[in-house]
Amino acid sequence: MGKTLAEKILSLKSHSEAKAGDVVVAVVDLAFVQDTTGPLTIRQFKESGFEALAKPQQTIIFLDHAAPSPAQQFSNDHILLRRFAEEMGCCIYEVGDGICHQLVAEKFANPGEIIVGADSHTVTAGALGAFATGMGSSDIAVALALGKTWFRVPESFLIDLNGVFPRGVYAKDLILYLIGQIGADGANYKALEFGGKALAKITMSQRLTIANMAVEAGAKVGLFPGDKITQDFLIEHGRGGNYKPLYPDAEANYERVIPVNLDQLEPMLSLPHTVDNVRPVTRVKGVKIQQAFIGTCTNGRLEDLAVAAEILKGKKRHPGTRLLIAPASRQVLIRAIEKGYIRSLVEAGAAILPPGCAACLGLHQGVLGDGEVCLSTANRNFKGRMGNAEAMIYLASPATAAASAIKGEITDPREFM
Amino acid sequence: MPDLVLKGKAIKLGDNISTDDIIPGRFAHLRSNLPELAKHVMEDATPGFASKVKSGDFLVAGKNFGLGSSREHAPVVIKMSGVGAILAKSAARIFFRNAINQGLPVLLCDTDKIGDGDELEINLKGGTIANLTSGITLSCSRMPPIMSVILKEGGLIPYIQKRRDFKL
Repeated sequence: MGKTLAEKILSLKSHSEAKAGDVVVAVVDLAFVQDTTGPLTIRQFKESGFEALAKPQQTIIFLDHAAPSPAQQFSNDHILLRRFAEEMGCCIYEVGDGICHQLVAEKFANPGEIIVGADSHTVTAGALGAFATGMGSSDIAVALALGKTWFRVPESFLIDLNGVFPRGVYAKDLILYLIGQIGADGANYKALEFGGKALAKITMSQRLTIANMAVEAGAKVGLFPGDKITQDFLIEHGRGGNYKPLYPDAEANYERVIPVNLDQLEPMLSLPHTVDNVRPVTRVKGVKIQQAFIGTCTNGRLEDLAVAAEILKGKKRHPGTRLLIAPASRQVLIRAIEKGYIRSLVEAGAAILPPGCAACLGLHQGVLGDGEVCLSTANRNFKGRMGNAEAMIYLASPATAAASAIKGEITDPREFM
Repeated sequence: MPDLVLKGKAIKLGDNISTDDIIPGRFAHLRSNLPELAKHVMEDATPGFASKVKSGDFLVAGKNFGLGSSREHAPVVIKMSGVGAILAKSAARIFFRNAINQGLPVLLCDTDKIGDGDELEINLKGGTIANLTSGITLSCSRMPPIMSVILKEGGLIPYIQKRRDFKL
């Protein structure tokens, strides 16, 4: 019988014939932590009695969530993480380097690999055909020491994509639409596998946005095949030699097939306080916003900043709306400077934040006030997510965020195109 | 190792209790000071929870309990509050695994049959929940055998300290 992408990768990495429902122990190619989950991981690692990493070169620590540190406790956690990196000889990415998931995509992930991270959005690397999933600190501590972990092989949903994105509609609108269809727990424990004729035109930047939010439907992974677009991305990032084609078998067995015609999509929004509370922008527009935030592992890439800069160029943000922009990585920031996007955004009234998670999770750099509304390009709008349980968060594409920042209220981006 | 029979009172919660409800990100600076962090457990979802919860109580939720972040601090602070087990219609994948790794039982069952304040007796070995208030007995769905063993050992760290490897 044929295999899904999930079954293929887990078979290869567990040296067994892994089928959905099986439990396997599989080799881990890359394991990482970030600064809010890393300290507990280190404590669990030491409590287990481990003294060395199985693969120091494939272990990474990212300082991105509270970076630069807004409080002495985070500063001390950063010291702990830096010392561990030095002691164990593993990689560390410092304040300002960027968000873990963006750096994993730029520098590490390859098709067919297994990647585990102490962060739920580790699924992002599924865009490159890696079986990438988030785990807690204890699981990552053990994976760091043993170089392997256990998995229940997930059943897969095939998301069959056809057509092309209409004007003003982007990957973010697609994944919000899908989460609205599937529900926040509709794909719990499952793999979302993306296929269909539209894939040939879905860029790596868009794939990363889509895979990133697979977890918001409950999924364990969001997997794309390894194809020409994957190969071009790897070549562009200096590791073309790591490319290998990766496709599901034609006779693979899917628990569900969900067809989506991209031509039919329109700009979408997630309304407070759950990600699956999705409506078309046309049905929500007019809601006043005090903050627009463009960035994160979902939408802080060069293509995202390009779209925002194009809409905002020569215009000004609404005086009642703060506009925060956080590039996803140092490389994204450099290119956005070179291409003039940063100038357009700053002239339009944006505050540029350092590459990192920024305002996304409510620690710093854009915490909301009581009753305030933020339109964010991030992946979560849970109550309290941006540091205040009395605030409201709407999720949308960078285009919708840019258009809304100009008018000071939720706005259909097609008005500016 | 958790006792095989747990007895306590139900604290009812709704659907989609996120890890931000359990322990908001704004307290992330306290993650290396767990006793301080634990004071804020469920603060946004159920104000006053930390002072109300009694040792041995059960959290009884609807669907998709623990959705969101991979922060293992969520089950850690629930366990520190004295909660003996979590019952839910469904639990988000990462939270479920994290809770078991912390030795905190998560049982999936039809929680509509449990009311707030009901006295429950959970048999972990048999996978059943006797509702002593209503007289109804519920059965729970089974977890993969490796998770049962990790839970029995009191969590992943004790499991690994003993075995030094995964044994399927």
